[in-house]
Amino acid sequence: MAKVGVLIEIENGEVKETEFSVLTAACGDGGNEVFAIVTPENTDAAASVLAEYGANKIVHVVSQGGDIKVSPDLEARVLAEAVKKFELDMLLGLASAKGRDLFARMAAFMDVPLVSDCTGIDLDTKTVRKSHFSGKTVATLKLESELFLCTIRPNAIEARKTPVQTQTVIFEALAADPGLTKIIDVKESAGGNVDLTEASIIITGGRPIDSSENYKMLDECAAQLGESTAVGASRAAVDAGFAPHSMQVGQTGKTVSPKLYIGCGLSGSVQHFAGMKTSKVIVAINTDKDAPIFAKCDYGIIADMFDVVPMLTQVLKEQGE
Amino acid sequence: MQIYVCVKHVPDTAANIKITGNDSFDDTTCKFVINPYDEYGLEEAVQLVEKQGQGEVVAVTVGKEAAMASIRSAMALGAHRGILVKTDSQFLSSTLTARALKAAIEQDGAPDIIFTGKGSVDTEGFQTQYRLAAAMDMAVVNEVVDLKIDNGQAIVEKEIGSGSREVLKMKLPCVIGATKGLNIPRYPKFPDIMKAKKKPVKETDIASLGLESLPDRVELLNLEAMPERSDAKMLEGDVKETVTELIRILKEDQKVL
Ligand SMILES: Cc1cc2nc3c(=O)[nH]c(=O)nc-3n(C[C@H](O)[C@H](O)[C@H](O)COP(=O)(O)OP(=O)(O)OC[C@H]3O[C@@H](n4cnc5c(N)ncnc54)[C@H](O)[C@@H]3O)c2cc1C
Ligand SMILES: Nc1ncnc2c1ncn2[C@@H]1O[C@H](COP(=O)(O)O)[C@@H](O)[C@H]1O
Repeated sequence: MAKVGVLIEIENGEVKETEFSVLTAACGDGGNEVFAIVTPENTDAAASVLAEYGANKIVHVVSQGGDIKVSPDLEARVLAEAVKKFELDMLLGLASAKGRDLFARMAAFMDVPLVSDCTGIDLDTKTVRKSHFSGKTVATLKLESELFLCTIRPNAIEARKTPVQTQTVIFEALAADPGLTKIIDVKESAGGNVDLTEASIIITGGRPIDSSENYKMLDECAAQLGESTAVGASRAAVDAGFAPHSMQVGQTGKTVSPKLYIGCGLSGSVQHFAGMKTSKVIVAINTDKDAPIFAKCDYGIIADMFDVVPMLTQVLKEQGE
Repeated sequence: MQIYVCVKHVPDTAANIKITGNDSFDDTTCKFVINPYDEYGLEEAVQLVEKQGQGEVVAVTVGKEAAMASIRSAMALGAHRGILVKTDSQFLSSTLTARALKAAIEQDGAPDIIFTGKGSVDTEGFQTQYRLAAAMDMAVVNEVVDLKIDNGQAIVEKEIGSGSREVLKMKLPCVIGATKGLNIPRYPKFPDIMKAKKKPVKETDIASLGLESLPDRVELLNLEAMPERSDAKMLEGDVKETVTELIRILKEDQKVL
């Protein structure tokens, strides 16, 4: 039996949906003691949903040494203190913008091993799977350490409910801020869209989208595909100025792993696939029957995306009514 | 300003990776390049020194003898000198890499800034810069898309999902992990490539850095090709029928809608 911590990210007062798969990973085949670590003020709703996914204990970490919201180094130290206090064998989290940063900070500060962006994990054998060489190979790694940290690629592991009785404890951390880095501002994006890396459905427009206005067509379709749908872009579209870099999927953009990836007007380049090839289902829409993407997708439609996408929006709308 | 840029010698992302045995790949047949993210750090360093009209950019790599090629590329892109710390493994632990980088940099001079990439595209570790900063007692921010140096401080911006950005402040010297968006790396010009051949490179063996030996806490058990999809089901015919069939498949067969 292992003591497994999961760092829970809360967004707009709710536990991020992508956390459920991390909790599922922490439960393993059962028998582990799962600690859900929560840093910001919690809502009562969080407790019941965390219990549903197997959290035996919910640990509210309160920082006495300063404001963790403005100091990522303090946050890392506060979490490190919680890891020690509850004698955790491992701490898991999401490979989200926050998780990527915080786990690396913690690993460096605590001098413990970290494996980033895992796509699979087996707690009994202490092995994890992750991509090497931009999605071209899968590495299996063994963790030879008393304590280790892992971040997990959002949506890579299927979430499973395993309801348990849960108990909430409060832990007051005393760590002091080393005063190295300070967050002085947050510039919110105008869009306020779903974060690409955590979306469960993504629809992407490539170079033939031809203008930034035409992304509206994808936005409209995304609205019909469901709440957790984000719109992506290829580098060719970003470089042409049709979309901001924050929308780019691929080796130099975001790595994503949604349930469903719909690529519209994408040739299927290696670098684009480096960022999305672990998606569960890939659909490609391309006018060229010989486009390379048709050799690496699950479903292909040989047609003009300016015909297919509005129709997809329309039929989804009709079916939803 | 004295700036060090950590560059890793990695297989080109378009290269085919031929796996040999359980846990290695054939590095003699694939093309190697500077880790693409490290190029953003290098470009930023070169621009900073160009703007100030003084200072030095030193490219540092820990790698096999062949990594000299990436040092030369870095110098063609504007680095003044290079340091190659030789090892015989492409898969070095990030802890050991960070210690080697620290030792090599400290032996050489006093950095005002150390640039890295946001992560390496071969092992995708995403942590060496943090370990380097911790070892050197410096501040670090990764995935930086904007940098201003002001009065001995670095003001940086990083993306935090769906286009929002966090603005952070830290004192120099510090470690900055660069990513796309920070700048547009230049292409090397022929005369620069020729000049780079004459720029000085310090070579040291990792064994001579006097690092305490540490056990590998993450062991690579196996490396295999990522399973490829094949035999896509092609949907054809009238657009409305095709789309309706696609939705049915996604809902009923795949259960992803
Ligand atoms: C170091 C490096 C890093 C890179 N990183 C990335 C990255 O992170 N992300 C990324 O995406 N790329 C990246 N690239 C670029 C990549 O190699 C490709 O150039 C790029 O992905 C191509 O974008 P695309 O598929 O949108 O455009 P194209 O390659 O131009 O393909 C467009 C496709 O759309 C089809 N088409 C045309 N009109 C229509 C229509 N009306 N309806 C439907 N289909 C149509 C065409 O048949 C064609 O197949 C990188 C390249 C390098 C060298
Ligand atoms: N062997 C190396 N030599 C020089 N720099 C390295 C090396 N390994 C990693 N780095 C730097 O650290 C960053 C993060 O690497 P990684 O932790 O491997 O993802 C890279 O972008 C490089 O800038």
